[in-house]
Amino acid sequence: MNKFIQQKGKAIIYLLIAAVLVTFLTGTIKAAVGFLLVFGVPLYFMSKMPEYATTGERFTRYMFLVISSSILVFLITPVIIIIPLSFNAEPYFTFTDGMLNLDPDAFSMRWYMDILHNGMAAPQAVEGWWKDMWENAQWIRAARNSFFIATISTVIATSVGTLAALGLSRPEMPYRALITSLLISPMIVPLVITATGMFFFYSDIGLAKTYWGVILAHVTLGVPFVIITVTATLSGFDMSLVRAAQNMGANGWTTFRRIIMPLILPGMISGALFAFITSLDEVVAVLFIADVDQRTIPRQMFSGIREQISPTILSVASILVLISIILLTVLELLRRRSERLRGMSPG
Amino acid sequence: MNKLVNKTLIAAAVSTAFMAGAAQAEDITVVSWGGAYTTSQVEAYHKPWMAKTGNTIVSEDYSGGLAEVKAQVEAGNVTWNLVDVELSDAVRGCDEGILEVIDSSGLPNGADGSSAEDDFLPGTVTECAVGNIVWSTIVAYDTSKVQGVNTMADFFDLDKFPGKRGLRKGPKPNLEMALMADGVPAGDVYDLLNTEAGVDRAFAKLDSIRDSVVWWEAGAQPPQLLADGEVLMTTAYNGRIFNAVAAEGKPFDIMWDGQVWDLDLWVIPKGAGNMEATMDFIKFSTSTQALADQASWISYGPVRKSSAALVGSYHNQPELDMAPHMPTAPANFGNALQNDFEFWADNQDQLNERFNAWLTK
Amino acid sequence: MSTADLTLTQDGIPLKEKLAKTTALQRRRAFLLTLPLVLFLIISFVIPIGQMLFSSVHNDKVSAVVPNFADAILQWDGQGLPSEETFEIFVKDLAAAKKVREVGRTVGNMATRINYEKPGSRSLFTSTARKAGKIKEGPYKEALIKINKKWADPSIWLTLQRAAHDITPAFYIAALDLKYADDGSVIKADELYQIYLDNLMKTLGVSALITFICVLLAYPVAYLLSVLPLRQSNLLMIMVLLPFWTSLLVRTTAWIAILQTEGVINDMLVFLGFISDDGRIQMIYNQTGTIIAMVHILLPFMILPLYSVMKTIPPSYMRAALSMGAKPLYAYRKVYLPQTLPGLAAGTLLVFILAIGYYITPALVGGEDGLLISNLIAYHIQKSLNWSLGAALGTLLLAVVLILYWLYNKLIGIDKLRFG
Repeated sequence: MNKFIQQKGKAIIYLLIAAVLVTFLTGTIKAAVGFLLVFGVPLYFMSKMPEYATTGERFTRYMFLVISSSILVFLITPVIIIIPLSFNAEPYFTFTDGMLNLDPDAFSMRWYMDILHNGMAAPQAVEGWWKDMWENAQWIRAARNSFFIATISTVIATSVGTLAALGLSRPEMPYRALITSLLISPMIVPLVITATGMFFFYSDIGLAKTYWGVILAHVTLGVPFVIITVTATLSGFDMSLVRAAQNMGANGWTTFRRIIMPLILPGMISGALFAFITSLDEVVAVLFIADVDQRTIPRQMFSGIREQISPTILSVASILVLISIILLTVLELLRRRSERLRGMSPG
Repeated sequence: MNKLVNKTLIAAAVSTAFMAGAAQAEDITVVSWGGAYTTSQVEAYHKPWMAKTGNTIVSEDYSGGLAEVKAQVEAGNVTWNLVDVELSDAVRGCDEGILEVIDSSGLPNGADGSSAEDDFLPGTVTECAVGNIVWSTIVAYDTSKVQGVNTMADFFDLDKFPGKRGLRKGPKPNLEMALMADGVPAGDVYDLLNTEAGVDRAFAKLDSIRDSVVWWEAGAQPPQLLADGEVLMTTAYNGRIFNAVAAEGKPFDIMWDGQVWDLDLWVIPKGAGNMEATMDFIKFSTSTQALADQASWISYGPVRKSSAALVGSYHNQPELDMAPHMPTAPANFGNALQNDFEFWADNQDQLNERFNAWLTK
Repeated sequence: MSTADLTLTQDGIPLKEKLAKTTALQRRRAFLLTLPLVLFLIISFVIPIGQMLFSSVHNDKVSAVVPNFADAILQWDGQGLPSEETFEIFVKDLAAAKKVREVGRTVGNMATRINYEKPGSRSLFTSTARKAGKIKEGPYKEALIKINKKWADPSIWLTLQRAAHDITPAFYIAALDLKYADDGSVIKADELYQIYLDNLMKTLGVSALITFICVLLAYPVAYLLSVLPLRQSNLLMIMVLLPFWTSLLVRTTAWIAILQTEGVINDMLVFLGFISDDGRIQMIYNQTGTIIAMVHILLPFMILPLYSVMKTIPPSYMRAALSMGAKPLYAYRKVYLPQTLPGLAAGTLLVFILAIGYYITPALVGGEDGLLISNLIAYHIQKSLNWSLGAALGTLLLAVVLILYWLYNKLIGIDKLRFG
């Protein structure tokens, strides 16, 4: 603590003076507290700057940290705030007075239970409850649909997209700019147009309201991501490795499998991840194309906001957020572990 | 006792359906407006019918309009068997050939012995549709926040009652309500709206509160807006407000002056399968008893005269009588206007355009 | 002949020829690799959009319902009223059509089509069709006008004549806020009905604003993430990725809860004493709400490309510039900024295009003045059922986007984008 004061003594004094000013201007202590929080926390995290840094530079760095941290808070707050909201005892999207006073009656798990119960024929029954839930609960069905559709679309998009990217990255590819534009166009064309067009066309050929219709739509939307990431990875790829492999007698498929693929795997995985997330979160195309049987989680959420106003979607969202946090943390820990094992410092 | 029997029957029906592999039981998809209204239909129509026939009903929600039906019919892939629509949609859909013609001669007689023809209120059985309820768009407000809202003019009076207003997004029935608030008697509203000057007058009245309006689209939103305190008063479907009061204990009240009432009807998209089961369901759900049952879950009026006598109290609150809460109750019907579907069939597109333009300026 | 032309490969073929053949083979191979995807996209993407383009100009509701009449009216010279013969054909066709129940061929379909151009005429058609069967003999013109006086108005016959063409620009005319006058000329639509062009401009404006805000907000954050040690930056990156992975609908709902007049921000401002309880700020169900929510949703799309590019910029460049005497701001402008351009380009393109096409967020939080063009398109597809008009608007939007994309390509070059 002493060291902290030593290093930032001057800054702390300025901050306190500013806080007093704020109190005078607004007439409340609370404002000053808020002010101190916003501007004091980045100060704590500011690392020591070199001796020769001027006051201007120190101040700039400080303001920079304040702004960046505010933006990060802006990004994360809505996501975090849904978690307490999902425990609301009332079917509305607001913090009731009871909740703000931390009254235990104002909180309940009813929306989490609703995830399992909604759509079940006999939620209170004991026998056959699992079967009933698995087959009928709307959210469970939506979850099954979402993951099923997302997985298949990702697999198709990644394989076909990687193939195309391989072709595009070859120097002798004809009409490269034209074909690249075509392949990326689903990302460029506004989604409502794509969805509308697909709706009409799929209706004509009988693909509307089927699983395959939704899957094909999602493949179309996910492919641009795969193309972009894999071509980016391939741009840094050393072609001489391929020639060396061919030199040693490998045919095309072996070269791909054992030389190219391991090296572009990060790009493929990155693209696959984007495609997976896109499909999982996609709602506009599903709105137009899918039937109630193929409802995905976002589609279910949409009707939960519009037609039913049910905070169940907040519970589902909280669960998804929790899963994402766990996933990201695990990934980060794995990455650190692999770096430790390889003997490299994590930087 | 009934509930227990019902539950057992349902469980038996459901498990039979599972085990029989749904080979003999027929599956129909019934589409309605969601929320409390769908719940009332599930309780009063779906569950008893499923128990009686062993068929299953898949219930789906939508927010109105014929787009989905049209899309399915034109694609030749119709998955909806029965849809609950407003009268103007029923007429338009019939005209455009996207609905099946329904043979109304098979409808059962009323419980009081009258023939179906006499029992159904006039205009509730059409070429392609069979009516089920009378519903109304009314003004609702939170009594804990404001009192003394008595006329439609009050709704448009921002001086007397400062605060936000909720309105359904669209010209219907806001134009009618605007004119009534401006002093036009209900009987003259549509004559006036048929003139350019009348429409201008209605829009001018809407303009007077425009900055204080929060627009809603789904039936479940108005109670939410009132509960959140987003609005001081809002138009709403009367049944949804009643539900918020009865089931959730909200301190809302309904102002019936200037109500614009309409019908909801069952229609069958053209080319839908399982016609027999669907027709059977229509006959069941529009029978005297079923309509009266529905009225014990939500305050929408049955379209059969014979049902009025059977309307009792709210399903789980015997001291809450449903009759006074119906749109058609004499006390509420003083200044009521029936939605003119022909007017809207003709002018919907154009007025929607004008409304959208007015909205986004 | 130079020695090069005479050089032979091992199998005795001139080198040039062999080289050309091999190159052609390689080109074909490269092309074949992309073929599956190209074909797939043609089927699942290009054709649907092409079909939509087609439906924006194709509407056969008159010629399909009253075919004989359609042929006859096309011969009419447009003066006065059509001939007695034409009237006879019309009455007979109308009576026959009344019995038809096939979708796309009913009187109702034709009535809807005419109603688009001449509002209020729908019931004219449906009521006349009911009575048309009763007219058994001529003079048909008189009989028809007796049923309804409106049939004596030339403008309805002009409208029918225009609509008898299967290919029509009528929907583009409507999409561009124009209309047909009574005499058939194209004029600007009434002030009260002009929405589409205004809305398109507004959409472009709002999208540009959102993109600009995103650049301002993303730059510092991306920079911070790129200079922090990996351990810390990855943790902070979670704060960027988490919103990115969270469903769009969930984030929009969260914003509803936060920005409501009784929501978190207003509550906090009242608590801190900045505003009074009656003076709560309306931040949702209007354009402000749309902008805030959309910035929040699109920000990660700007941060990620910027970050990935910034990560590859060696810090030694800036240090070198500073050591050569450049002021920090100057060094930043001349050395650092240009190197971040590919990421910036990728980010702005992505964010702008996503913003233009956005439908869900404006639909949920936009209120009325937050409506964007994609909402109007969806309105026509899903509510008014005027699919041709929706398609026409969609085509216009697509044209705008393609022009922008082409401009972008010309200025920056699409190969230079890096998304990381």
